[in-house]
Amino acid sequence: MTDLTPLTPAAAAGTRPILSIRDLSVSFLGARNSWTRVIEGLSFDVAPGETVALVGESGSGKSVTSLSVLGLLDPTTSRLEGSILLDGHDVLKLDEAGMIRHIRGQAAAMIFQEPMTSLHPIYRVGDQIMEALTSHRDMPKAEARRQAIALLERVRIPNAARRIDDYPHAFSGGMRQRVMIAMALASRPKLLIADEPTTALDVTVQGEILDLLKDLQAEFGMAMLFITHDMGVVAEMADRTVVMLRGRSVEQGPTAAIFADPQQPYTRALLASVPVLGSMKGEPAPLRFPVVDMKTGVAGGALPLRSKPDLTAPILDVRDLVTRFDLRGGLLNRRVARVHAVENVSFRIFPGETLSLVGESGCGKSTTGKSIIRLNDRSTGSVRLGDDDLFGLGAEAMRRKRRDIQMIPQDPLASMNPRMTVGDALVEPFLEHRMGTAAEGRVRAARLMDQVGLTAAMLERYPHEFSGGQRQRVCIARALMLDPKLIIADESVSALDVSVKAQVVNLLLDIQDRMGIAFLFISHDIAVVERISHRIAVMYMGEIVEIGPRAEILERPRHAYTRQLIGAVTVPDPARRHLRRNLAVTELRTPIRPLDYAPPARRYEEVAPGHLVMVEG
Amino acid sequence: MGATPEHETALPPADPSAGDKGWSRRGPWRRVLQGLLASPTAVISAALLALIVVATLLAPVYAKQVSGTDPFRSGLSAKIKIDGKPVPVMQQSTEGLGLGVTPIGPTWGPQYLLGADGQGRDVAARLLYGGQNSLLIAGASTVLCLLIAAIVGIAAGYLGGAVDGVLSNLIDMIWAFPVYLLAISLSIVMIGKSYAFGPFEISSGSLIVPILIIGLVYVPYVARPIRGRVLALNQSEFVMAARGLGIRPGRILWRHILPNVSTTLIVFAPMLMALNIVTESSLSFLSVGVQPPNASWGTILQDGQTLLYSRPMVSLAPGLAIMVTVLLLNLFGDVLRDVLDPKSARGR
Amino acid sequence: MLAAVLSRLLRMVVVMFGISVITFLIFFATPSSDPAARIAGKNAAQETIEAVRKDFGLDRPLYVQYGLMMKRLFVTRDLTSFANRGQQIVPAVAAAAPATLSLVSGAAVLWMLGGILTGITAAAWRGRWPDKLLMGISMMAVAMPVFWVGEMVNLITQNRLHDTWAFSWVPALGYTPFSEDPGLWFRSMVFPWLTLAFLYIGLYGRMLRTGIIETYQEDFIRTARAKGLTGRKVLLKHATRSAIIPIVIMFGMDFGVLVGGAAVLTEVVFGINGVGRLTYQALKVLDLPMIMATVLYASFFVVIANAVVDLLCLLIDPRMRRA
Repeated sequence: MTDLTPLTPAAAAGTRPILSIRDLSVSFLGARNSWTRVIEGLSFDVAPGETVALVGESGSGKSVTSLSVLGLLDPTTSRLEGSILLDGHDVLKLDEAGMIRHIRGQAAAMIFQEPMTSLHPIYRVGDQIMEALTSHRDMPKAEARRQAIALLERVRIPNAARRIDDYPHAFSGGMRQRVMIAMALASRPKLLIADEPTTALDVTVQGEILDLLKDLQAEFGMAMLFITHDMGVVAEMADRTVVMLRGRSVEQGPTAAIFADPQQPYTRALLASVPVLGSMKGEPAPLRFPVVDMKTGVAGGALPLRSKPDLTAPILDVRDLVTRFDLRGGLLNRRVARVHAVENVSFRIFPGETLSLVGESGCGKSTTGKSIIRLNDRSTGSVRLGDDDLFGLGAEAMRRKRRDIQMIPQDPLASMNPRMTVGDALVEPFLEHRMGTAAEGRVRAARLMDQVGLTAAMLERYPHEFSGGQRQRVCIARALMLDPKLIIADESVSALDVSVKAQVVNLLLDIQDRMGIAFLFISHDIAVVERISHRIAVMYMGEIVEIGPRAEILERPRHAYTRQLIGAVTVPDPARRHLRRNLAVTELRTPIRPLDYAPPARRYEEVAPGHLVMVEG
Repeated sequence: MGATPEHETALPPADPSAGDKGWSRRGPWRRVLQGLLASPTAVISAALLALIVVATLLAPVYAKQVSGTDPFRSGLSAKIKIDGKPVPVMQQSTEGLGLGVTPIGPTWGPQYLLGADGQGRDVAARLLYGGQNSLLIAGASTVLCLLIAAIVGIAAGYLGGAVDGVLSNLIDMIWAFPVYLLAISLSIVMIGKSYAFGPFEISSGSLIVPILIIGLVYVPYVARPIRGRVLALNQSEFVMAARGLGIRPGRILWRHILPNVSTTLIVFAPMLMALNIVTESSLSFLSVGVQPPNASWGTILQDGQTLLYSRPMVSLAPGLAIMVTVLLLNLFGDVLRDVLDPKSARGR
Repeated sequence: MLAAVLSRLLRMVVVMFGISVITFLIFFATPSSDPAARIAGKNAAQETIEAVRKDFGLDRPLYVQYGLMMKRLFVTRDLTSFANRGQQIVPAVAAAAPATLSLVSGAAVLWMLGGILTGITAAAWRGRWPDKLLMGISMMAVAMPVFWVGEMVNLITQNRLHDTWAFSWVPALGYTPFSEDPGLWFRSMVFPWLTLAFLYIGLYGRMLRTGIIETYQEDFIRTARAKGLTGRKVLLKHATRSAIIPIVIMFGMDFGVLVGGAAVLTEVVFGINGVGRLTYQALKVLDLPMIMATVLYASFFVVIANAVVDLLCLLIDPRMRRA
């Protein structure tokens, strides 16, 4: 499935750098007129044709650096010192007019993280590209249009001549990012700055965009400054890497050297925390991330899960789950189409077991989780929790049953009432289920805070006073308040920085070891899923296409989609840098169907014990 | 809880990057208060508003001790002393045909500081008394409007279904009814009569009638955004989470939805009050608001209408009072909105 | 497409029907409002009231009264006033309409130009003195009752400074039709226009400024700047174009309401015999047929404005065309 095409090494040694940053410091104006330094003494170079990655966790200042290069920070609230030499211009000495004449859309162009919001929603994509073409040189409109179409073709957008007149909302996220790239290429920049260009995209689309950027870099011979938090992307893209921590460069050098022999403790810790797909070959049970000493960066041993699933009787038995939403419109708000969000999904989870649901956005994995606990009322089928069919319970019986099945959300801040202290939020469900008095609830909450690595004193705080990782720990404690038998973790670690992600995954495994709780782990991140799962189910367009033991699915995938998904994952191994996936350009596919659509009957074939693959037709 | 396993993972201090920067134990309301106190605009406008309220409350003191007139009785034949000479309040008109009388202009002394109105009453004293009523009506109708809008909006948004259908359509329909026409219509029908509701009686000149009318006409404009907010909250992650935790629907409404709707209501309050002051004055100006002998800034403006060219102070003074009060309310409201809704504050 | 248009028309009719019913109920069915007693005048004898009741058909069931009134208003168009017996309603409204239309259209041109200019200027100079000055004036404009501004304008232009070179050209209060004397029409409308526009310039200027500043936080503005567009182009083509959509919506609604008679205060202060003043006078004497006609006239414009606004949004915002 992977055609290995080598790419000529781009970095030419000994030439003058296209971008040279020396001793850059950036301060922001904060509350009470105080200046906070967010970048401190940063220096690095980018040579022509070379790709340099700026890598770091949130708050490391990597995006601020990229915005500084184009002078896009608000001059009234930011202060820059040092020097940025870009293509012979001292950026910090240029005024706004000079930036426009020499830098922005001239020597350098930029693409951003959020393709969905980075294009102007009320102008046609063609007009936006043509604007980039004509704003810097005189060009007849017809010529600009011809060139815009050519650019759209260069970024491999099918039917470019027709799609040039579409508005951004008619494009999927990956396609919009291609439009952004086309716009950036309009000026044939010497330096392309890519600020987390694939973070918001699905893994297969990420693969397509990374491949495209590599091709275009060779075609246009431009340098790239690549900003990312993802070590896999770094390994795949960068000739050299700058590791950033809290506004400073911790370590920089050739990517291969950084990965092979990291010098600084932070770099070592960062690399040790990165989940690597394929690192679990031969491991019989889920495995914790190695605990890293933050001082030395030395990784300790990784402890496996000790407890084993109890396979006598399933705790959760989902049969033929179907969730469909009607789309309304037209005269009198009639139904016009139907979203087949979840179609005939069946699986079982045993006590102490973790089943992961993996798939890309819109595949129905989150809806499955919500349908099981009846957070939407559009589902049919049966969901047995222990002895009860949840879909057959009355409202009050269902409410009481919720004790046994808890959820850990993706966005912990959004899932906590901003006007309640964490203590109140923890005790509230305890009291609602009449599990004891308020005083007993406080005692239990304090003990659980301790168990999730927080302190009892933090119970008095409000959610906004915690960091992202701490909030996720609070949400875990809140779920544990009710002594659940099953926890649904819906993308619970996806938004966390790598080091924090590893800690929270380890915490979940601790809980499973200690309490024998079963997990339904919903995630798009296959490397994390590999760590935590006993079994894996792959979802595509609302259906499970393949389900089975973790090793079976990841090492011997049968379904074409599973293979595509696994093949698209980036691996933090610079040796695989020049590989190409040669993925076909895909448009987003949605499970929206006409009202009279009848889903085809599906058959599953058991290819190995417990390993079922959907058979088409 | 299960037994503690022997290999308890040593967790590093959660998220080293976050650190403990000495978070104070601050609730959301404390933050709002601190945000307001940090803004000179908010502090000054609130202080001046308080001053206006106190001044109007001191109206009886002013009328008795300073001006020494009864601002509710006509003083057509009254005389005051200026520089030791008695001067009639209503002076024979010397202009034009010499017919009729013109009230005395501003004396800039204790008595008739701002002159007299068409019935020889002290405008300055009436301005203070009228301020009491204008502020009372605006304040009470603001509370009434927010209360009704909250009930309607929450019922429509939280119950959904048929309740939402009926209420939303009603809101849309009243929305299409021009506010002033609705207010004037209601006033014409309701004003000048007395009502009895069991033991309660509303007399014909009661302020309750304009309060009711002004409180009602803006309900759709507040109820619609409240409904939207409730719908959004109902689908929000934390309400979903509360449902997933098995919290009872009544408690979800009370502890999770209501406190978060309250910020929207509070943002509306100063702006609505400002709007209501203007609405009261407009209705009274059209003589369908506060009824004589009661005073309000609007009725004084109406009194001043016929004296506009001869004694403009009778119109000028209440108009300026309205402008200053509304200005202060809007200034305060802007800061309050920015503090309560930081998203809009980004723009500042 | 046809279905959407039909659905829209149906909704418009339903809303107008609802408004006519609400109006009817306010005046005919409120417990304490006895139209016959009102018409008969204060202290009228009981027999007089009864006679009036019979004479005006007020003794018949409510739905019959409603139906008859609607029929005479829309079908036979010979509905007559209760207050001035014999005065036909439809021609009276038609006669008042041009004055209101003159007032509101002229003011609308001024306030759209003024409001957009104010908003863009203030946003462009954000935080500096032009912004502070314009926003200060806008806040004052919003804080002053429109009729009071009108009075103050009259005080200066009609009285205190009328005999000076500055305002001697201002004619006496009142409306002159354009067809009679275009010059006089224009001179008599200048200050009513300015007065009405002043309030809306304040409202729109503030709203547009906030909208533009919020739009500047959007990712697509960053994209526009990153591709090297000039500050002017980013402001006018990218930020203002997005921020103006809510202004267009608001303009449609305000214009509809004002043409329908909500400019009553301005009309009263400047002595313009427009629809608003007609409505107000009808309300004061409880001239029910006139009230029904003017209220329906007003709601017609509100409903039309709603439809036009939706259409405009489809034109300027491609995202709305998706459904």
